[in-house]
Amino acid sequence: MDLARSLRNPRVLLLLLALGVLWPGTAAGAQTPTTKPAADGVTAADEAKCKFTKQEAIEANGGPLGPSIWGRLCQVIDGKATFAKGATITVSQGGKEIADDTTGADGVFVVTIPGNGTYQVALDPKTLPKGFSLTDEDRAVLSNVQVNLGDQQSTFRLGEDDRGQRDLSDYATTVAKGVRLGLILAVAAVGLSLVYGVTGLTNFAHAELVTWGAIATYLANSAGVPFWLAVPIGMVAGAVAGLANDRAIWAPLRKRRMALLSMMVVSIGLSTAVRNLFQVAYGPAGKRYTAASGQLERSYGPFRLTPNDVIIMVICVAVLIGMTVLLRSTRLGTAIRAVADNADLAASSGIAVDRIITTVWVICGALAALGGTLYGLTINVKFDMGFVLLLSMFAAIVLGGLGNAYGAVLGALVIGVVQETSGLFIDTAYKFVVALLVLILVLLVRPQGILGQRERFG
Amino acid sequence: MSWLSILALALQTAIGFQGASYALAAAGLNLHFGYTGLSNFGHVGFLLVGAYGMAISADQGWSIWVGFGVGIAASVVLGLLLGIPTLRLRGDYLAIVTIASAEILRLVANARPSEPLTGGSRGIGSLTSRLGFFDPSFIPEGTYGVGKSFVFTDRQLWAMLVCWGLVLVVTLLLRGLVRSPWGRVLRAIREDEDAARALGKNVVVFKLQSFVLGGAIGALAGALIVLNAGSVSPTRWIAPFTFALYTVVILGGAGTVWGPIVGAVVYWFVLDLADGVLNNLWFDVSDTSAGAIRLAIMGVGLMALMVFRPQGILGSKKEMLASGR
Repeated sequence: MDLARSLRNPRVLLLLLALGVLWPGTAAGAQTPTTKPAADGVTAADEAKCKFTKQEAIEANGGPLGPSIWGRLCQVIDGKATFAKGATITVSQGGKEIADDTTGADGVFVVTIPGNGTYQVALDPKTLPKGFSLTDEDRAVLSNVQVNLGDQQSTFRLGEDDRGQRDLSDYATTVAKGVRLGLILAVAAVGLSLVYGVTGLTNFAHAELVTWGAIATYLANSAGVPFWLAVPIGMVAGAVAGLANDRAIWAPLRKRRMALLSMMVVSIGLSTAVRNLFQVAYGPAGKRYTAASGQLERSYGPFRLTPNDVIIMVICVAVLIGMTVLLRSTRLGTAIRAVADNADLAASSGIAVDRIITTVWVICGALAALGGTLYGLTINVKFDMGFVLLLSMFAAIVLGGLGNAYGAVLGALVIGVVQETSGLFIDTAYKFVVALLVLILVLLVRPQGILGQRERFG
Repeated sequence: MSWLSILALALQTAIGFQGASYALAAAGLNLHFGYTGLSNFGHVGFLLVGAYGMAISADQGWSIWVGFGVGIAASVVLGLLLGIPTLRLRGDYLAIVTIASAEILRLVANARPSEPLTGGSRGIGSLTSRLGFFDPSFIPEGTYGVGKSFVFTDRQLWAMLVCWGLVLVVTLLLRGLVRSPWGRVLRAIREDEDAARALGKNVVVFKLQSFVLGGAIGALAGALIVLNAGSVSPTRWIAPFTFALYTVVILGGAGTVWGPIVGAVVYWFVLDLADGVLNNLWFDVSDTSAGAIRLAIMGVGLMALMVFRPQGILGSKKEMLASGR
């Protein structure tokens, strides 16, 4: 296939990658805060008017909040933020009512709770004043409000829903977010693909390498290291974990000549064990990096992104370009590709296959850790974040062609963009489903993946 | 709680419905993984369609038999849909496509737009009376057992009886099948696919038959789980369930007739014993941590088994080595 061949050309690939990301980057001149044209209903700008912070809540409460669930009922009426007075909020736990509060003229409610835990927060829609209405009537009860830090804000969206109406900027932003997810996936999955290439192992425990990187960075970050300095620490921790993985488990199993299917099962056991140990040691709750909060979206041309988003994409592109250079133009890269192609032949031509495999594991660990850290910056750092990402990573490397590192990058971009943009057309609940369906459909048409080499199957 | 009662509780789970349903589900997986060498990592998807087939039928007011029919028919369709394209490919592809499709099914069942049919994230509940699973029970109401801890209610006994009965029927059926020429071809495929093909066997067709049959057995197990629980919720059908079934199959002995039964009983005994011990330590272990530790034990156990005793309890080391695993 001509397209495939030209895509396999590193220069074309680099160009594509650069285009994909420099576009929002070059448009960074216009750094105006996001504003969208005011229309009837809830727009992003209106939502900003209704924004409520903990500081304001403390002021409204006339003192510290204590263990509580708090928030403000606010709806934009005639372009002005208006507060709902006299509405009742009830908090219950496990079906048992705990406490309630009625909003005052400032629309604020503060419901005292016994402590951290999972609560149900219900707004009685009948008590809303005239003119106020829930955006989504099914969201009158928030059935899974988790309180981890003593107090927690709860938001009920009020007013007509305007999210259905999108402008060009919404589409562009969604695509950019898809590219961001795709790039993170690519960085996280390249190692998985490389390991598959040189050892044939489909490593389920790769998910935990990703999580480990994010957690290691979090630990360094919460110990006082500035976030962007903690990132390389996380990568080193990941590299060490990759090395340990290979030395302690996979090298001995290779020596035993264990079958690949059995190794796959071992990796499932390892993944299960480590993920659950993470949960015990790190806790079940999601935590945030210091750099993750307090960023507003800005306009970069048609894209509305946070500065973090841009930094994430730049780092990913730089790393992927670095990997391409490494694989294409260094002795190590040549050796890696030789081992992936034919390990026996590589060994007989003087390549220390085992040392190459170990090196690949170290690179794999470091990249997985970086991917995990960057992913953690966009969501919470959680013990199962890598596992959640695992299927997308598998989908990416299969889509691109198993064992082909460039294919993994391309596959990741496709999966990321498809996942994010599908939310524009169908219910967001299905966005992951669409990505997996794309994978299965591609396999039907082109079993070897987009960039994979045709092999003789079955 | 005394150590004796912890043992009794663990044994109760192991020989109870929990053990039986796992044995049934694992019997299907054993046909895939143990006999045919198929890397089906989405077995829970078959259980899911069996379970939802039963629950949705009951929700519509149809009888149990229709429920079984719907669930199994759906699993056969799923097996063909997944099998026809992927069984021609290398094993890795099957692994990833099966795990992905199981996840798709769960997410679709869980999604809000599917609510009218599947109940979305809440699932479908209070089906017990509509299913009428316990109605034909001839066991008089009451509790049966020894001492205070090793006790079954009449309903538990009935569910056990039905499920273990089905396990026995399915196991004997599979025993006949794997000893037939058909079963020999499956094992030949497992050992060396190319050789089987060279002998003129249509490898893909045999693999597809094995895949569909094992999947239908999985669906049967899923339907039984719904019958016993009287409800279905999407949170249960996650990938770790499949991994637990792998542990059961390998623990008992992959590619052995009685392996899944032995594996399921031992698996639940060990897991529940761990649970009992964790709940009775001198320091407090929270429920979430205890659950996580339990799963961590399962993971380490699976690794250790695969490395040190890949033939499991019943398998023969020779056969494992011969099949290159």
